[in-house]
Amino acid sequence: MKNPYRTQNIAFFFLFLATLLIVIPVGLIVAIIIQKGLPAINWQFLSDIPRQGMRAGGIFPAIVGTIYLVTGAIIFALPIGLLSAIYLSEYSKDNLLTRLIKLAIVNLAGVPSVVYGLFGLVLFVVFLKFGASILSGSLTLGIMILPVIITTSREALESVPQSFREVSLSLGASKWQTIRHIVIPNAIPGILTGTILGLGRAAGETAPILFTVAAFYLPRLPDSIFDQAMALPYHLYVISTQVPNVDEKIRYGTAFVLLALVLFMNLVAIIIRYKFRKKKKW
Amino acid sequence: MRKLKELIIEKLILICGLASIFFVALIFLFLLKEGLTLFKTVSPFKFLFGKSWYPISEPAQLGILPLILGSLLVTIGAAIISIPIGVGCAIYIAEIAPLKIKETLKAGIELLAAIPSVVLGFIGMVTLVPLVKTVFHLPTGLTALSGSIMLAFMAMPTIVSIAEDALYSVPKTYKEGALALGATHWQTIWRVMLPAASSGILAAVMLGIGRVIGETMAVMMITGNAAVIPNSILAPVRTLTATIAAEMGEAVVGSEHYFALFAIGIVLFVISFAINVTADLFLHKRQQ
Repeated sequence: MKNPYRTQNIAFFFLFLATLLIVIPVGLIVAIIIQKGLPAINWQFLSDIPRQGMRAGGIFPAIVGTIYLVTGAIIFALPIGLLSAIYLSEYSKDNLLTRLIKLAIVNLAGVPSVVYGLFGLVLFVVFLKFGASILSGSLTLGIMILPVIITTSREALESVPQSFREVSLSLGASKWQTIRHIVIPNAIPGILTGTILGLGRAAGETAPILFTVAAFYLPRLPDSIFDQAMALPYHLYVISTQVPNVDEKIRYGTAFVLLALVLFMNLVAIIIRYKFRKKKKW
Repeated sequence: MRKLKELIIEKLILICGLASIFFVALIFLFLLKEGLTLFKTVSPFKFLFGKSWYPISEPAQLGILPLILGSLLVTIGAAIISIPIGVGCAIYIAEIAPLKIKETLKAGIELLAAIPSVVLGFIGMVTLVPLVKTVFHLPTGLTALSGSIMLAFMAMPTIVSIAEDALYSVPKTYKEGALALGATHWQTIWRVMLPAASSGILAAVMLGIGRVIGETMAVMMITGNAAVIPNSILAPVRTLTATIAAEMGEAVVGSEHYFALFAIGIVLFVISFAINVTADLFLHKRQQ
């Protein structure tokens, strides 16, 4: 008979190994980008337009484009997502409709990002005639991040204790007043977390903006929401695969800015959640 | 007056509640509207099982079998790498790691999930691709294998977090019962925890694979983009997603090529729909 404790030690060793196989590469990826990307960062790189066919200069239009897109996406997705979460947490009953809504959210989260690109192309660019524009791209990204916002906001709303609602209702407040003045204020940190995670996701996605907004090379800032724009993820794709002989520094620098932007948002979301958990009294 | 205001707000909330259903239906309808046009000129059978994809030759050949096989090869490779590592890591986090390390590991996994796919693609291009080229003495490192390794990393966060949830939600009494009967910690995990969490772990694996099939940018940057039937995992391939992303820019709106790319979109939508519905069923089974 084998010694069960030896088997246990071997098994635990392999589980630990599996964990290392995830953690070490993640650390390496981040470390390589910081080590090679950070030296490329200076004021000129961040504030100048790309020059000499993107082989020199900076990435300012791409940064601005990404900020516009992300802002547009959140303006569209936050109200719809929040109201949808309120519906699910406060109004829905346990019936077929609710089941269908939840299934739809799961599916919306699972649709491949390039399919969102196709959808944005045919609906916003061609059918509604917005053209390849910030508007089309923002709406496409907005629909894509809807499930993130709905799911996290709903969790936040549902974690507000039932007794809070009961007290408010028993004092004569209406259902909407209760939601507006009691439930939402107590769920704000969770909603904020979801919103920031959605922002991070929208900032990093490339496939949905490929055919809806992204400009290959546009060395100026967009004038209106019907203008095309450059965007950081697409710019990184372009300079690493489409343009030959781009200085390595520019590639790593762009990757660094994009990664820093996305990770910063995630970090903020994690901190908000952590602080809130500590402060929570119920 | 207040009554009226509340009525309007509540209707608005209901409408937004239905938004998800509306958008899923809208996506599917628009894909169908454009994609089905293709089948007026090309038979669905020839589209799905045609062996060559030459969309701009005269006449165009629009068979997506090489692309399906490309996606399949990359996905199987990624699954073989990510499932054992992902589930192993989930067990480690859920059962073995001390509390402090556990929180750090979870944050690390979230970090991985947050890295944009184009950044992973870029890192794969500059590190993994040359490595694969030298190790296997290949003319190019842009192969299905490189894609599989990179995609495995995109599947892992999904697998780890959902499998960890599944293990966590196994009732404490199961574990205590097994330990009280004299089982070692590992015997408890292997014989009690894993079977009890199996449907949740299965859902985790499926959702991870769903993520891999739908992944676009990284796969387009490191698999070499050769739309031929792959004969080895060390050959360049092209996936369904990469084909859409790479060719839509050049396809003329309203051309056969354009409709064919939407038909590929339908295929992807149906695959992801099937995976997500099944995974959801497994997750619900667990909760009951």
